[in-house]
Amino acid sequence: MSDINAFDRPYEPTFKDYFDLLKPRVMSLVVFTALVGLLVAPTGVNPVLGFVAILFIAIGAGASGALNMWWDADIDAVMSRTAKRPIPSGRVTEGEALGVGVALSGLSVMMLALAANLLAAALLAFTIFFYAVVYSMWLKRATPQNIVIGGAAGAFPPMIGWVVATGSVSVEAWLMFALIFLWTPPHFWALALFMKDDYHKSGVPMLTVTHGHDATRKHIFVYAVLLAVFAIAMAFSSIGGPIFLITAVILNARFCWGCWGIFKRTTEAAKADEYKTEKHVFRQSLWYTLLHFAALLGDAALRSAGLWDGWL
Amino acid sequence: MIRATHEIHERRKSRNFGVGLSLAALIIVVMGMTVAKVSTIGPGSELNDAYRLSVDPTVPGGSE
Repeated sequence: MSDINAFDRPYEPTFKDYFDLLKPRVMSLVVFTALVGLLVAPTGVNPVLGFVAILFIAIGAGASGALNMWWDADIDAVMSRTAKRPIPSGRVTEGEALGVGVALSGLSVMMLALAANLLAAALLAFTIFFYAVVYSMWLKRATPQNIVIGGAAGAFPPMIGWVVATGSVSVEAWLMFALIFLWTPPHFWALALFMKDDYHKSGVPMLTVTHGHDATRKHIFVYAVLLAVFAIAMAFSSIGGPIFLITAVILNARFCWGCWGIFKRTTEAAKADEYKTEKHVFRQSLWYTLLHFAALLGDAALRSAGLWDGWL
Repeated sequence: MIRATHEIHERRKSRNFGVGLSLAALIIVVMGMTVAKVSTIGPGSELNDAYRLSVDPTVPGGSE
C-alpha cells in the first residue's frame, strides 16, 4: 500500500463536491436569518466581527448538513430528491463527509466563541448537536413528529445572531425562533405530499406515510393558522413594526389560503394535476420566511432612522 | 518512477486549489478579527484600565 496509486478511485472529488456536503441553499437561508437576528438587535456589533460571526454560523450550519448527509446516506440513496447528493452519487465517501462535518463543527464553534461570545458559540454547538444527533439520529427514523421537533435546528440561527450582538437570549430572540419553528412543519409536509413514494420507500415515518395524505393536509392547514396568528401578533413586539405587520398580513393570508386549498383537496385531485397546489404552496413557503425576515430588517431600519418609535 | 508532478496532482488540482484558498481566507479572517478586537480595546476600555492598574503604579489605585 506504499504506492501512491493506492489512492486511485473511480472518481476524484472536486472541491465543489465537498462544498455540496454543506447544503449551500440551506446555508444561504441561515446566513440571512442570522444576519437579520444580528441587525435587529438593539446593540451594535463591529462590522468585521459581525461578518466573521455570520460566516462561522453559516459554516456551523453547513457542518451539521455534512453530518446529516453522513448519517442519512442510506436514506438519501433511495429518495429521488436526494439521490444526487455527494455520498449517494458516489462522489464523496461517508468517512470524508464525517471528517468534514466534525472538523468544520469544531472550527465554527471555536471561531464564533472568539469573534462573538461563549453563549453564541454554545448555542451554535447545540444547534449542530440538535440537527445531527437529535433530529437525524434519534427522531427522523423514529417518529412522524420528526420534522416538528427537528424544525428547532433551523430556527436557532436568528437567535444566535441576536446573541452575537447582545450577549443574551431575550424574548425577541425567541420570537424569531418561534416563527421559523412554526413555519417548518407545513413547509416540509407540503414537500412530503408531492414527493409521492420517496419517504415510503426510504422508511422514514413522515406524517404522509404514518397517517396518510388526508391527515397531513389537515395538519398543514392547522399549522398555517397557528403560524398566521403568531406572525401577525409578532408585528406588535419590539422588533415588529408597520412593514412587518403589512408583510405578515399579506403573506399569511396567501399562505393560509394556499393551505386551505391543500386541505380541501383529495389525493386523487392532487394526482390529477400533479400536485399543482402543493408545489405552489411549497414555493410560496420558501418566500415566506425570507420576506418576513426582510420585513424585520425594514422595521429595524425605520427605527434607526427615527421614523418609527413603536406602537405605543 | 518518481516524477516531479504525479498524475494524481493534476486530478486533485481543483481540490487542492480550493483548500489552499480556504486556508488563505481563514488567515485573513483571523487577522481581520484580531485587528478588530484590538482596535476596540481603546483608552478607557475596561480591559485597558485593568491592565494599566496592574502594571502602572502611578495610576490611582495601581500597584505600588
